[in-house]
Amino acid sequence: MIIPRNVRNWSLALATIGVVALSTHCARRPSSTVLGSGAEKVYVAPGTYDEFYAFMSGGFSGQVAVYGLPSGRMLKVIPVFSQNAENAYGYSEETKPMLETSYGFVPWDDAHHPKLSQTNGVADGRWLFINGNNTPRIARLDLSTFETDEIIEIPNAGGNHASPFITMNTEYAVASTRFSVPIPQTDVSITEYAQKFKGTISLVKIGPDGNMEIAFQILVPGLNYDLAHGGKGVSHGWAFFTSYNSEKANTLLEVNASKNDKDFIAAVNWKKAEEYVAQGKFKEWPARYRHNHMDASTQSAVSEVIDHVRVLDPAECPGVIYYIPTPKSPHGVDVDPSGEYIVAGGKLAAVIPVHSFSKMVAAIEAKQFDGELDGIPILKYDAVVAGEVQNPGLGPLHTEFDDNGFAYTSAFISSEIVKWKLGTWEVVDRIPTYYSIGHLLVPGGDTMKPWGKYVIALNKVTKDRYLPTGPELTQSAQLIDITGNKMELLLDFPTIGEPHYAQAIPADLITVNSKKFFELSANNHPWAVKSEVEAGVTRKGREVHVKMSTIRTHFMPDNIEGVKVGDTVYFHVTNLEQDWDVPHGFAVLGSGNSELLVMPGQTRTITWKPTQEGVFPFYCTDFCSALHQEMSGYVRVSGQSSNVQLSSNQRN
Amino acid sequence: MMRRILPLVLASSVTLAACGGSGKSNSSWSADKGTSAPATAVATPTAAPPAADGSKGVGPVDHVDIATLDNDALAASGKQLFTTKCSACHKLDERYIGPALAGVTTRRRPEWILNMMLNPEKMIVEDPTAKALLAEYLAPMANQSLARSEAESILAYFLEYDEEASEDSHDDDDDDASASTASSH
Repeated sequence: MIIPRNVRNWSLALATIGVVALSTHCARRPSSTVLGSGAEKVYVAPGTYDEFYAFMSGGFSGQVAVYGLPSGRMLKVIPVFSQNAENAYGYSEETKPMLETSYGFVPWDDAHHPKLSQTNGVADGRWLFINGNNTPRIARLDLSTFETDEIIEIPNAGGNHASPFITMNTEYAVASTRFSVPIPQTDVSITEYAQKFKGTISLVKIGPDGNMEIAFQILVPGLNYDLAHGGKGVSHGWAFFTSYNSEKANTLLEVNASKNDKDFIAAVNWKKAEEYVAQGKFKEWPARYRHNHMDASTQSAVSEVIDHVRVLDPAECPGVIYYIPTPKSPHGVDVDPSGEYIVAGGKLAAVIPVHSFSKMVAAIEAKQFDGELDGIPILKYDAVVAGEVQNPGLGPLHTEFDDNGFAYTSAFISSEIVKWKLGTWEVVDRIPTYYSIGHLLVPGGDTMKPWGKYVIALNKVTKDRYLPTGPELTQSAQLIDITGNKMELLLDFPTIGEPHYAQAIPADLITVNSKKFFELSANNHPWAVKSEVEAGVTRKGREVHVKMSTIRTHFMPDNIEGVKVGDTVYFHVTNLEQDWDVPHGFAVLGSGNSELLVMPGQTRTITWKPTQEGVFPFYCTDFCSALHQEMSGYVRVSGQSSNVQLSSNQRN
Repeated sequence: MMRRILPLVLASSVTLAACGGSGKSNSSWSADKGTSAPATAVATPTAAPPAADGSKGVGPVDHVDIATLDNDALAASGKQLFTTKCSACHKLDERYIGPALAGVTTRRRPEWILNMMLNPEKMIVEDPTAKALLAEYLAPMANQSLARSEAESILAYFLEYDEEASEDSHDDDDDDASASTASSH
């Protein structure tokens, strides 16, 4: 057993941070905590299933990674905001429209916060939503196929960070501006930030089929809106957003946006906002954004341009938004299972403030205001706060809840999880994490029905926890048992990209709907072939369309002649298999495009622009049967003046 | 849940499969003929498949009354399904990826044919004839996720095809026999 030399290294690193942190870490020897019964608790025997699915943001990979818990086994990476050459997401003609934006085709984003759909405040396993932070977007993944089904762009936004937190019946997903910008966008001096920059909070309506539509935006002062959570239970109908930079600084924010003792939580009454919209109290602003969705029938994404958005001005809509003063540059805002307590992670604060929803409502009725910001009432801190968690660790960020009335807060600077009791606000346990924890997750831990059992630390830094892999190291998750009085570290496992938020759900809620293949009979792709006799080639000017089928273990057709240099060849490949786990692949020599990976019953199209004369092989890239090596073919490419007629050898 | 039940079902199917008759019959296959094909006959994987097979195979189908499949409309829908789901690998009158299927209803019991369509993964592991066919053709029979009713319509198509072929007074020499002997050439 190799014991990492992390105690010494970490102590040195912490010396600059503070004595509190140092004592926390020196007191616990990380490597010893995993030995013994921990191994049994995470052991999932070969051939058996994990108890939970965990959906983790891929951070700067732009994707979502799916893990089993408690084993920490990675099950799948679902491409969302980034092209994925492995399965042609963002390369195939059917999926390219998913990555269209008002800025054109964008092949990457920074994905932060996966959120499972909910019914009555409980995760229901239908969909997963996740935000694109850089080019503001929200994606919806279908959890019957584990594929990205829809992406909507958020106009009038910069940095879609406080997103896509949902309301308790998946009525809405929210979005907001982490970076305020001129709205509408215009060419002004950055030094005019305080006067001319604004933020928006967007309410994205989720339809019964999951389809997203921007219902309205609320124009808000130019702060940095950071994170959010929907209300639930007693606070259903509200949503809460943290903000920082109440200083309205536009440079060196680490200093200039950290001056005020308190920033704000914005409490938004979205039901009230709905009423104003119904009364027509919105302005319809010109905008330009994309709405991309997969058509299940044609198996092809469609990208629409939308040119307007409804905007509410809080000055004309009293009661829609209030600011709750909150120390200090708050990051996470988390609502307890009852909906009564609103917990802020003040990343520079010495305490964790917990606000009371019922006190907030009473304070609003009694007009206990402490001034206003750009016309938005600021509530009195003492009139709203329910309690403060003392000594919560340094740099508290995010809080999740278990099924026994406890809360778990991540503390970034002191690298620990602090467990405390709702109501008494007393800290009852703490456990170090390795290292620099950001988000954390308890299965169901931000819903009305936490399943509890584990808390997972999602760490920013791994340093010496794994075998070194050069300058770039893996990110990590740490699984911690919370069933006893003392938290117990069970397992470290690596994650892709940077794991921001994550959500977990009992496996049964997903497996019951899991699709095994696509019904060939329901495939209405215009270039699908339902049997080999439909395969063939056609020319439309300089375009050649190859309708090709795959089944173990051949392509039809597999000899194609008459393609010319300068043509664009569309390989429309339909997988005729109708069984689970029998994808076929397709790749052609010299292609400047990705391969295709075609699921059973699916049609996928990749284009190829041959630049040289010759005969070029293509083959199946996914080992499919004993004669997989035989699953191949040739395309003959002739000169532009050649007389070779387009033909193929499909059987009729 | 299914994962636990399935082995039991299969175990009982294997038992049933081992109870088939051994000869070719011109009449329709009736229920168990009682005589047993000893399980040890499975042992030699390289053995050529028997020209005619009395096994019901391994799978969900224990009994089918082929009189109910004597239906033109059913056979027509079976032909259509065969084109979309099967023809990428099977032709009727020639060896392709898999065996030629003309005459299959005279070589195999209807239950075996249905089980081969509905349960190919187990058939190629547990049924001696299916194992031998895999050894010869090397491409495993694909599971096309047919419903039993769909498989029955395809069987109706095979029955009609074979019946018409015999009415054309070709006293058929077993096609599959020639296919299977091909491997020993």
